[in-house]
Amino acid sequence: MNVKYMYSLLAVIALFLIAWIGSAIGLKPLFGIVFPYVAVMVFIAGFAYRVMSWARSAVPFAIPTTCGQQKSLPWIKPNSVDNPTSTGGVVLRMILEVVFLRSLFRNTRMKLKESGNKLAYNLEIFLWVGALAFHWAFFTVLFRHLRLFTNPVPGCVELVEKIDSFFRFEVLYDAVKVALPGVYLSGIILLLAVTYLLLRRLFIPTVKYISQAADYFPLFLIFGIAFTGILMRYFLKVDMTSTKELTMGLVTFHPTIPKGVGSLFFIHLFLVCVLLAYFPFSKLMHLGGVFLSPTRNMRTDTRARRHVNPWNYPVPIHTYEEYEDEFRDKMIEAGLPVEKMPEPQPAEETDKKESHDG
Amino acid sequence: MADETPKPDELLSKMNHRPDTGQDWMQVPVNIRKGMYCYASNPKSVAYLGLPNARPWNPLEEDWKLPENWQEILFEGFRDRLEKFRSFKVFMDICVRCGACADKCHFFIGTGDPKNMPVLRAELLRSVYRHDFTRAGKILGKIAGARPMTLDVLKEWWYYFFQCTECRRCSVFCPYGIDTAEITIMGRELLNLLGLNIDWIATPVANCYRTGNHLGIQPHAFKDMLDFFCEDIEEITGILPEPQFNKKGADILFVTPSGDVFADPGTYTCMGYLMLFHFLKEKYGFDITWSTYASEGGNFGFFTSHETMKRLNAKMYAEAKRLGVKWILGGECGHMWRVINQYMDTVNGPADFLEEPVSPITGTKFENAKSTKVVHICEFTADLIKHGKLDLDVSRNDNKVLTLHDSCNTSRGMGILEEPRYIIQNCCRQFYEMPANTIREQTFCCGSGAGLNAGEDMELRMAGGFPRANAVRHVHAKHGVNMMACICAIDRAALPTLMQYWVPEVDITGVHELVGNALILPGENKRTTDLRSEPLPGMEDADEG
Repeated sequence: MNVKYMYSLLAVIALFLIAWIGSAIGLKPLFGIVFPYVAVMVFIAGFAYRVMSWARSAVPFAIPTTCGQQKSLPWIKPNSVDNPTSTGGVVLRMILEVVFLRSLFRNTRMKLKESGNKLAYNLEIFLWVGALAFHWAFFTVLFRHLRLFTNPVPGCVELVEKIDSFFRFEVLYDAVKVALPGVYLSGIILLLAVTYLLLRRLFIPTVKYISQAADYFPLFLIFGIAFTGILMRYFLKVDMTSTKELTMGLVTFHPTIPKGVGSLFFIHLFLVCVLLAYFPFSKLMHLGGVFLSPTRNMRTDTRARRHVNPWNYPVPIHTYEEYEDEFRDKMIEAGLPVEKMPEPQPAEETDKKESHDG
Repeated sequence: MADETPKPDELLSKMNHRPDTGQDWMQVPVNIRKGMYCYASNPKSVAYLGLPNARPWNPLEEDWKLPENWQEILFEGFRDRLEKFRSFKVFMDICVRCGACADKCHFFIGTGDPKNMPVLRAELLRSVYRHDFTRAGKILGKIAGARPMTLDVLKEWWYYFFQCTECRRCSVFCPYGIDTAEITIMGRELLNLLGLNIDWIATPVANCYRTGNHLGIQPHAFKDMLDFFCEDIEEITGILPEPQFNKKGADILFVTPSGDVFADPGTYTCMGYLMLFHFLKEKYGFDITWSTYASEGGNFGFFTSHETMKRLNAKMYAEAKRLGVKWILGGECGHMWRVINQYMDTVNGPADFLEEPVSPITGTKFENAKSTKVVHICEFTADLIKHGKLDLDVSRNDNKVLTLHDSCNTSRGMGILEEPRYIIQNCCRQFYEMPANTIREQTFCCGSGAGLNAGEDMELRMAGGFPRANAVRHVHAKHGVNMMACICAIDRAALPTLMQYWVPEVDITGVHELVGNALILPGENKRTTDLRSEPLPGMEDADEG
């Protein structure tokens, strides 16, 4: 039994129950109004605090990881994205990293072949696919939710919804006629991707070994959010009109708890609140941190442009004078030039010559 | 090689990359094992540099003779570094433990020790960071992945931060660029606050501080050694180069790692430099000087602390200023170039007393080095070849089937990838690349970098070098490769041992040894041997002179 994921799973189940019971015993204003406001405030303040606390730390050295040919001689083609000497190159490198998770795309899996004791490296694309699917699906789902916070709904949101629900699930036999409302692929993909990311933590030994409770918790939480969302939309259909009344109330600062909003919605909302409030204090802050990573956000023209260290301080150095003072006689004897010729003291000098040897 | 080092087959049979997931890594006690660690620093060396807590101690003993308030020292040191290094703070916070780095580390591949997964190496520090510096860690403790600093944790730090060569391979695969070299650098800085260095680093650093180079070669001996190479060159070519030392008013100062002066096969690379400079002097009046004071390009200070790195590195600019040269030319070395490329200008610049480097022979402006004013010899030589300034007889290298080992620091801390390839391909006719996952920015470390090139940690080195050796074995089998070139002095010192162990048919050479072999010196005799005094192709039957 791995306590790390059990703790996380139990925590999410507990949160689920708290919201369920809470909304059932008449605490809807707490779950529908107070928690959302608190969570958003914690998120914004916490996020800003964390980013500022990173920004406060100095960047003493320019230490970009170079992942391609440097810019040197004019006839050698530099890799201006993976070894960016210009700010434009850095921006491009960062965009590729943030939008397409480029470094993960490089991922390989090492395998020690039983026969012949050979190492082999195979492209390991699943982590990249899973992570990309997860992040993009999450983003799309978030974007779609703007429908609940805007009136009228902007065209771009409707367009994304339209594309997202491109696939339709309809059973059109005479006996059974089932037509789900337009199925949003993003929600399904999000659930699948979270499941995959969870499974790899449980079944790949190296990944399982390094996983902490803090790695399982957000996965269970996001699973819970996606799951309750899908449940609401397709199975235990919620009243969209009153739901939107609630969310619009929040966003216009005239919060109300309209009739007809079921417990499931409050559970969903509460889990989202927990995610928001948890975000700034967790590894999820990689969202902000990736932009501040000195190995990725610095130019590599480090020999062409001097980087200044704000706390550079003088250090003790063994000077040339001290060096020559120690070795002057030997240097003279070896015919090496010296700064200071010694005073002529012939008798002593010959003594010294004999006694020292490298 | 120590006799206790397991044989290759034994090492391979022990490799297991499936950690026991029934265990919590925090509960697995550190086992400081013979063959896997380096001896403790000599107190004399630590004291010579004025670094804290010099005393004799032994890693295998229970008592490490720590100062009374060692936990406080570490706590303060940790806090100080979180403020001074954004890299450190961000890398403590944002890792999501996706595991992409896990099997990218040559030490994890070679040892199977899960704490050699880069993510876990960083977690060794992060766990303490969470406990001491985050609220969640303070309140939730172990559930939040936090643990207090104890003697066992300290020993674990020491063991594993000296099982990392700061090669940065993991950082290439990390979506946030989390760089284990940064983590290890910080870990070692903290350990050095308690005097917990290894001797293979501490003593070279003390030597370098005093004599100007890691090996402790004194000025007269340094000159002797180079003179000796010149005599060898005369024997092979009939030409006696006359290098200049500590010469005021020379155009250029040359600095290379002292390993090249000291041990084969680096010495042949050194002969290559001497021949190249002689050739350029004869043909174009090239004026370059060596220095005995700045007789070390490498910088083991970098493996101690940023401050020590700065103290050793300062000599290059100081000497350039004293001699009044125009700019500095740097020899083939790995971490030397990481320091020059990413730190030197910042710590000891601005070098406003030097000129923006221009090749006196081709007129090429080295725009990429215009602030630091240090040019890599491969940039310099590639430019010479491109302009047709060298007379090369490639047939002299025909008995070599080459591959190139990209050194970690020059590939991932600089990006000098094409220059050495261009030189090799103009000096040799048979060149084959190793598989793409093992070269350029994905290159594998020799397993002995960052000061781990000692004798007592041979098992660690051979295990860590296995991924590199494995790729060499592949091109040896496929193309008959018998020589691997590199542009790093630690490589030249470490790889021959590694090859002996895993692929004994392959030998190691510096790139400028190949240049030296191919270069036709004005007025030279007909050569019958290469720089190693081995017969040239077609000269196997010639009488030995």
